[in-house]
Amino acid sequence: MSQINDNLFGMHTQALGTWQKRAETIAGNLANADTPGYLARDVDFRKALADASSSDKLALSSTNANHIDPSSLTTANLAYRVPMQPTMDGNTVDTQVEQANFAANSVHYQASLSFITAQIRMLRTAITGGQG
Amino acid sequence: MSMFKIFDVAGSGMAAQSLRLNTVASNLANADSVSGSADTAYRAREPLFATVQRSVSGGKAEEGTQGVQVLGITESQAAVESRYEPGNPIADADGYVYASNVNPVDELVNMISASRSYQNNVEVMNSTRQLMQKTLDLGK
Repeated sequence: MSQINDNLFGMHTQALGTWQKRAETIAGNLANADTPGYLARDVDFRKALADASSSDKLALSSTNANHIDPSSLTTANLAYRVPMQPTMDGNTVDTQVEQANFAANSVHYQASLSFITAQIRMLRTAITGGQG
Repeated sequence: MSMFKIFDVAGSGMAAQSLRLNTVASNLANADSVSGSADTAYRAREPLFATVQRSVSGGKAEEGTQGVQVLGITESQAAVESRYEPGNPIADADGYVYASNVNPVDELVNMISASRSYQNNVEVMNSTRQLMQKTLDLGK
C-alpha cells in the first residue's frame, strides 16, 4: 500500500502529514495566546520532511515489549519561535505572525492536495483512455 | 486523521476565553456593589490559564498539540475602597461601606482581548473544517 502510494504521489503524502502536524502546532500557539509563560513552537518543515521521507534510517532493535520506539517521540522536529517583542508574562505568541503562518500552511496543504488530485485524475485518464 | 486534534485545541482555547469573558461580565456587573465589611466586599476575579499537554495516550507523548486549561480563578488582592456613608443601611458601626476593587478600564481591556482571542480560535476551526472537507473530496 505505502509502496504504491510513494511511487504515485511522490513526497506529497508525507508532506500532507507534516503540514497537518504544523497546523496542529500553530493552532496550539493561537489557543495559548493568553497563557502566561507559554513558548510558541513551530515545526522545522525541512527537517521533518527529510526525516519522514528517508528510508535509510537505522532502526533500533526492540528486544522487550516495553521498549519505547524512538520514532514515536516527535519532539525533535519542534522548535521554539524567537519572539520579536518579549512580553511581561513570558508568553512568546505573536498572534499576527501565527495567523499568517496558519494561513500559509493551509495554502501549502491545499497545494499538496491538488497535486495528489491531479495524479489521481491522470491515472483515471490512463485507465479509461480519456473516455471517463 | 489527526486533524481532529485541532478542534480539541481550538475548543479548549474557546472555552478558556469564554470563561474569561464570564469573569469580566461578573466584575463589571459588580463594579458598584458595596458591602458592610472589608472581608465580604466584592473583589475582581481573574482566571488563571495554563498549557495542557493533550492526548498522552499509549506511551506516545504527542507534543505540539497543546490546549489551554483554566487552573482556577484568582481574586484581586488590591485594597477595597472604603467610603463614609452613615446613611447607608448596610454601613458598619463606624458608618463606612466597602466598595469593590474592580477597575472598569482593566475589565474592558480584558473583554476586548478575550473576544479577539475567541475569534481567532473560531477562525482556526473554520479553516481546519474547510481543509478536512477538501481532504474528503480528494480524487473527485
